[in-house]
Amino acid sequence: MRKLKILIVDDSSVMRKIVERALRQAGLDLGEVLEASNGAEALVAVEKGGMDMVLSDINMPVMDGLEFLKNLRDVACAKGLPVVMISTEGSEARVVEALSLGARGYLRKPFTPEQIKERVVPLLGDPQ
Amino acid sequence: MSQSMKSASTTIVPFDIHWKPLLECATLEVFELMAGVKLELSASVTENSGPQQTAMVGMAGALCGMTTVRCSVGTAGKLASLMLGGDAGSNPATARDALGELCNMIAGNFKAKVNTLADHCMLSVPTVITGSGYSLDAAEPSETIDVTLAFESECICISLITHT
Repeated sequence: MRKLKILIVDDSSVMRKIVERALRQAGLDLGEVLEASNGAEALVAVEKGGMDMVLSDINMPVMDGLEFLKNLRDVACAKGLPVVMISTEGSEARVVEALSLGARGYLRKPFTPEQIKERVVPLLGDPQ
Repeated sequence: MSQSMKSASTTIVPFDIHWKPLLECATLEVFELMAGVKLELSASVTENSGPQQTAMVGMAGALCGMTTVRCSVGTAGKLASLMLGGDAGSNPATARDALGELCNMIAGNFKAKVNTLADHCMLSVPTVITGSGYSLDAAEPSETIDVTLAFESECICISLITHT
């Protein structure tokens, strides 16, 4: 079984590290963990292919997480790629907007490792 | 324009002194979940020694103002190390980033606890200033709620400043 290739998108390097640590604490067998500091960088990373999941913030400079979701629909190799939004913006309107744009899950900061395990892990199929 | 931005331009929510316990709760939750520390509220503000750091997150829409978190540079570094492990906070850029994120999460967690703000208030990305002997003055008229936490021998000051 191959290890998971994950992309973490957040303009804060501290948050990217915290999310990665939470994923490991949730028991995920991580292989390559890629980082992007905004939606534009994330699109470039996804277009290279092979990604198992994206976890993205919403409020970011250059391209925010919702714009990233809109643009991701045009990326052929991103079909079926699970994207989970992780944001301080936990309002119902934002959650609905993100889900309508294709996000598969939503976590509000601050989060617990248990929430990562409950909401992120089920979205990952068994990597072959 | 996003749905949330459209709705954010609707009704202005007036300042409410009853927000103080909500800000206290939001703050304690963030420190416990993200830094793993159970801090206690402090009735008095002790003067921190050395250079200070202040993280600011702007708020717009139904509530116009900002949330700030102020502490010493040393405390910001310790908080970053608690969040990331090891001595991550010895890197000044990491310490600034961590304080900004704490401020961001406090602002977000607070507004999520106020029904009239949750869907109608937007947050900016954080800004962090560092220095000595500076003051932070909000445009008048404004109202402020202050929350002070004791951290080791120093204090961490959280303020919600609203333009009324």
